[in-house]
Formats: sequence, structure tokens, C-alpha cells
Amino acid sequence: MPWLKKLVGALVILGGVGAVAGWVLSAPVRLDSETLAKLGPGDPARGKRIFYAGGCTSCHAKPGSQGDARLQLVGGLELKTPFGTFVPPNISQDPKDGIGAWSTEDLANAMLKGISPSGEHLYPAFPYASYARMKPADIADLYAFLKTLPAVAGKAPANSLRFPFNIRRGIGLWKLLYLSDQPVVPFPDGTPDPVMAGRYLVEGPGHCGECHTPRDFAGGTKKNAWLAGAVAAEGSGVVSNITSGKGGIGDWSEADIVNYLETGFTPAFDSVGGAMVDVQRNMAELAPEDRAAIAAYLKAIPPHPNGYPPRKKPAS
Amino acid sequence: MRKLVIAISMLALAASAAFADPILDRQALMKERGKIVGGISKVVKDEEPFDAAAVLTQLQALQANAEKFDADALFPSGSDTGDTTAAPKIWEDMAGFKAVEDKYLADIKAATAAAPADVDTLKTQFGAIASNCGTCHQTYRVKKG
Repeated sequence: MPWLKKLVGALVILGGVGAVAGWVLSAPVRLDSETLAKLGPGDPARGKRIFYAGGCTSCHAKPGSQGDARLQLVGGLELKTPFGTFVPPNISQDPKDGIGAWSTEDLANAMLKGISPSGEHLYPAFPYASYARMKPADIADLYAFLKTLPAVAGKAPANSLRFPFNIRRGIGLWKLLYLSDQPVVPFPDGTPDPVMAGRYLVEGPGHCGECHTPRDFAGGTKKNAWLAGAVAAEGSGVVSNITSGKGGIGDWSEADIVNYLETGFTPAFDSVGGAMVDVQRNMAELAPEDRAAIAAYLKAIPPHPNGYPPRKKPAS
Repeated sequence: MRKLVIAISMLALAASAAFADPILDRQALMKERGKIVGGISKVVKDEEPFDAAAVLTQLQALQANAEKFDADALFPSGSDTGDTTAAPKIWEDMAGFKAVEDKYLADIKAATAAAPADVDTLKTQFGAIASNCGTCHQTYRVKKG
């Protein structure tokens, strides 16, 4: 049956081409020299703002720690997701167990491109899909601030992921689909400055969309339901709709949002809960104008109905 | 007379039935708590003038509310299912849950005992009290749709 031979041959060739293409396409791509040139010297005082806007401690502090212990970035939190369990690593200044030996360029490649100093893809549980929108100079400032924090020895346990998610090279294809430095919500020229500043904080360092936006089957955020709330990616329950759509925060004023970010109380005096508790404590460390900018942006984005299914009320 | 006794016992029964649902009980208690916190918060945010006597009354109401929080009665085993946002963690770690509540009550008691004489003192005390809200809800509540 010569036609079968031909078919098999064609499939083998196609498969080979596919494998080569997949391998080439999934290769880690580092930052170009033009971007690296924009890093600049870095200023720790400015970096402190980026540190809290970025919420580094929420995942990298020892789980359950309070106060100054939140600045000991030893990692170890377990993020249980459908892909498996991710464990944020030690990013303290320890040169062996942490990132004390990293250069500014290393941090920039990790945060903007999701690539480790050894050239491996990092898992997007580290929210570089958001950090990719950050200004290089802010990364350099953050680097300078991280240098002021303590070195703490001790490696966090490794991730424990299911096949095929345990193959790092596959992340390269994911990046082709979802990694972009472009803003999510377009605004026309003449949009007020606070809205634009809020966009940067929310879509970039704040990485709000990572939890507040539902994801598609491949784990990318659905831009057509941006910040509409989602079934929690790790743990249980749902994450709130923070647009002005049905089920969201349309009845909150900008002052209500600012107050929530500062004090943790909703307009009805319910309190912040779940993973948002650490986020709110980080937001409380920002300057008032940063919280106001976040509020201005949230009031300016397109409204969406809840990005998660309604609660099934138990039969009574 | 007999009718009256029956009427009263029926009323009592109805009342106890109405309050026999620990999920509704604890929700009512938290709602009341939020209301009192909202009242004090107006003073803390300088939206209302500081009145030492009025503030103390509110802090005492907050304390009374916290003292009514009996975890054993409000979170009996089996009350983790139904129309509730209480996290399973409560029943996995009842001691931890009670410890957070105890700290909350202790912080309120410290404030009422000190009876804040100015708004800055109140701000410090209120900040300590309010931080417990998030600490508890971080672990022991699950947001549902």
C-alpha cells in the first residue's frame, strides 16, 4: 500500500516540522539591549512604592508572618491550583537560597520576560504577564529596594505540578499567546492623568487582573471579561467583580474604593477577606494619590457582569 | 389564664425557633458589628466630631457584641454547610479561630478600659481593633458568588 507509506512519511515529516517549530517558538527570549538601557541606576525609596504596589510579600513572605517578618522573603506559601501546587521561592538577599546574586538585568528578565538567570522559563504563577507592562526604571528601583531587605537562608520546596504543566519549555508557547507589554484597556487621548496612572498600577505592578479576571482553558486571562471577578485560581471561593457591571462595585464611589484600599472596610462595613487581606495591607502602604488613581481607573473601565457562576443556594 | 400560658409558650417557641439557626444568628451578630464599626469609623475619619462619651458608648456596644460571640454556640459542627460563607478552616482549627476572636475582644476591652479622651487615641485603638477583622476573614471566611 504505497499511499499508506506516503501518508506515514508525510505525518513523520509534519510531526518533525511541528516539533522543530514548537522548540524554536518556545525558546526563552530575553530583554533586548534597548530595554536594558532604560533600567537606570535605581532608587530604593521609589522602589519601596513598587514593592508594595507589586505585593511581593503576599506570596514570598513566610506564610502567616506578621509585621516586619513580612520583609523576610523566604517563600514557601503553597498555591494549590488545577495545574498543581506552586510554591513561591526565596527571593531574599541570600546569595545561595535567594536572589542576592542576581543583577538588575536578571530581575528585569524575570519580571518582564518570565526568564530566570539560567535562561529557563518561569511559571506565570509569578505574575509576569502583568509585570511585563512595567517600566524598566521601576524594576531598577525595586531592585534597589530589595537590596535593603534581609538575606534569609533556606530554600522553599519545589513546585509540584501535573503533566504536561511540569514541562517548563511549554511555557514558551503560553507566552506567545499571553505575554505582552501592551495595556489591556485602551483610553483616548485626553483621559485624566489619575486614570492613566491607575491603569499602570492595576494592570502592571498591582497585577489585579491575575485574580480578578477569569481565565480561559489555557490559563490566560480573558481580556473581554477584564476584572469581572473569577472563581479563585487557588484555594476556594470566588474573587470579586471590581468593574461597575452587575454584581460588581458600580455603587461604590471613588472615595469608597480609596477607603477600602486604605482601611479594608467596604461601604457597608464588611471587611476585606481572603487573599485580599494581604493585598489591602500592601495598598495601605501606598501614597493617597496612588489609591485615588486605582479608584479612578476602576471607575473608568468597561463594566462586565460577574465572571463567575452564581452561588447555588441550598434548598431549604 | 391557661390560654395566656399557652400563648406565651407558643410565642417563646416561635422566638426560639427563629433564633435556632446558628447561621442566621452569627450573620445577625456580624451585621450588628459592622454597623457599630461604621459608626466609630465616622469619628476616626473626621466625618463626625469626637465626643468622648458617645465614643465610649459605641465602644461598649462593640464589646457587648463581641462578648455575645460564642463560637461553640454559633459555629456548632454541621453548620459549615448551607447558606454560609464560613470557611471549613473554622472547624479544622477551632482553637485558632477562637484565639483570633479572643484577641479581638481583648483589643476592644483595652479601648473601653482606657476610654479614649481624644481622636488620636481613638485612631490608634480603632486601628488595633479593626486589624482583627481582616486577620479573621483572611483565613476563616470564603467569599462565594
